Amino acid sequence: MILAAAHPGFLSPTGVEIAFLLVGIATLGAAVITVTTRQLVHAALWLVVALGGLAVEYLLLTAEFIAWVQVLIYVGSVVVLLLFGLMLTRAPIGRSPDADSGNRWTALAVALAAAAALVWVVVDAFRTTWIDVQGAVQGTTAVTGQSLFRHWVLPFEALSVLLLAALVGAIVLSRRRGTATESDTDPRAPGTARDPGAPRDPGAPRRAGKETR
Amino acid sequence: MNDVLDVALRLLAVFLVFLVFPLLVGQTEHKVMAHMQGRLGPMYAGGFHGWAQLVADGVKFAQKEDVVPAGADRRVFQLAPAVALLPYLLVLIVIPIGPGNAVGRFVDAGIFFVLAVMGVGVLGALMAGWASANKFSLLGGLRTAAQLMSYELPMLLTAASVAMAAGTVSLPGIVDAFEWWWVPWQIVGGLVFFTAGLAELQRPPFDAPVADSEIIFGAYTEYTGLRFAMFLLAEYAGIVVLCALTTVLFLGGWHGPYADGLGWLWTLLKTALLAFVVIWLRVTYPRLREDQLQKFAWTTLIPLALAQIALTGIVKVVIS
Repeated sequence: MILAAAHPGFLSPTGVEIAFLLVGIATLGAAVITVTTRQLVHAALWLVVALGGLAVEYLLLTAEFIAWVQVLIYVGSVVVLLLFGLMLTRAPIGRSPDADSGNRWTALAVALAAAAALVWVVVDAFRTTWIDVQGAVQGTTAVTGQSLFRHWVLPFEALSVLLLAALVGAIVLSRRRGTATESDTDPRAPGTARDPGAPRDPGAPRRAGKETR
Repeated sequence: MNDVLDVALRLLAVFLVFLVFPLLVGQTEHKVMAHMQGRLGPMYAGGFHGWAQLVADGVKFAQKEDVVPAGADRRVFQLAPAVALLPYLLVLIVIPIGPGNAVGRFVDAGIFFVLAVMGVGVLGALMAGWASANKFSLLGGLRTAAQLMSYELPMLLTAASVAMAAGTVSLPGIVDAFEWWWVPWQIVGGLVFFTAGLAELQRPPFDAPVADSEIIFGAYTEYTGLRFAMFLLAEYAGIVVLCALTTVLFLGGWHGPYADGLGWLWTLLKTALLAFVVIWLRVTYPRLREDQLQKFAWTTLIPLALAQIALTGIVKVVIS
């Protein structure tokens, strides 16, 4: 971040700013459709659009590394996992009658509060800071890596510990399920029980043995 | 103006490669498979050894009716082939084929860009599998997703190993830093990367998601005409991309005798050799069962990839 010498005005936007705003509107629209559509798989696909829009925003802010990691992790893995889960359980074509939740007003309130808090924090922190997107690139891998491992090592390591805890938790949960009764059979597609079981190693041999087809 | 022309010419070149190379690989596959199996393969189309067979196939696909099943989700069904195909075009832009600036577009975080965009291509198969309203398609989509999730990790880890060795994540930077002894040093990583890439492309022996004897043609069962041809093109473009990437990351890309003038030729030769191996593997190995496939990823490839990273780290610390 660089404090520009001349204070840029809001009324003479550059091309990058206009693009940023347009992509932002599109991302917001995709996000709204994600939570309002009645078709579950469509929601996941609109989520891809929203996450991709975010990646474009990062690119416009010259944070190239962050943008590609965003695509790699969220679009490439998280959404694939989400779609996998949807297909495994329930993914009817057309509307899902039970896609509405009674919690929707609470959820709206929580979302608005979170958004307000984030916007306030960001505006308060970066009010007078301007990125010079025309000059030297600020978000290259080298710059990101240096600031990550020089100034933000502790949060980084703390996050790794958090992820490790989540990983151990997942293993514990799947092991307990392995010794419990056979209550985990899949209602929609019994023939596929073999595929999804495999990534969890403890469960795999048992399921393969149970396979009858 | 000159810059615009330069960019346009580069993109045009990449687009031509994208249109021509997959067809070359496809034709080679026809002929190589045939000769390995004691057949002749296509001999009539075009006259000389059936060279125009795939052109004829293309014309045939274009003439066929474009059918959308009545129960399908129309828009997702029709969008899926484009989602499957376009990522490979984008990836080709950043792969360097020669020294200097012989690359479509220099991207700073090249490895991440390539792996991220290739992961997006799989969404196409998932969309196709779900939107077809067909149980075989859904099973194919599920298998695709399961396969992607287990094989993405070893691919990332081995790519990270090369990035560690080179000290950069840009593809031209990695090729520039290459030394001949990287080949034995990174050989395990290279094998894991290539194998995981094959699985991500759903090529035999990892083609359980499209296993024709079990689930017809997986996610692509309901497709006809040009949309089906796009999925096929995506598969062969994927082979080109995977072989070129393996070349760039593990085999030194344009390095070779007379690299200054003939660098691009070395890249193409190495890529073609790897493409031949891909075809050879298809003829040689039987299909892995779904559970064998998952077990192979989690108990063989990932430990090997982690060992490669450890080795890379140790050697890197020792020599620096």
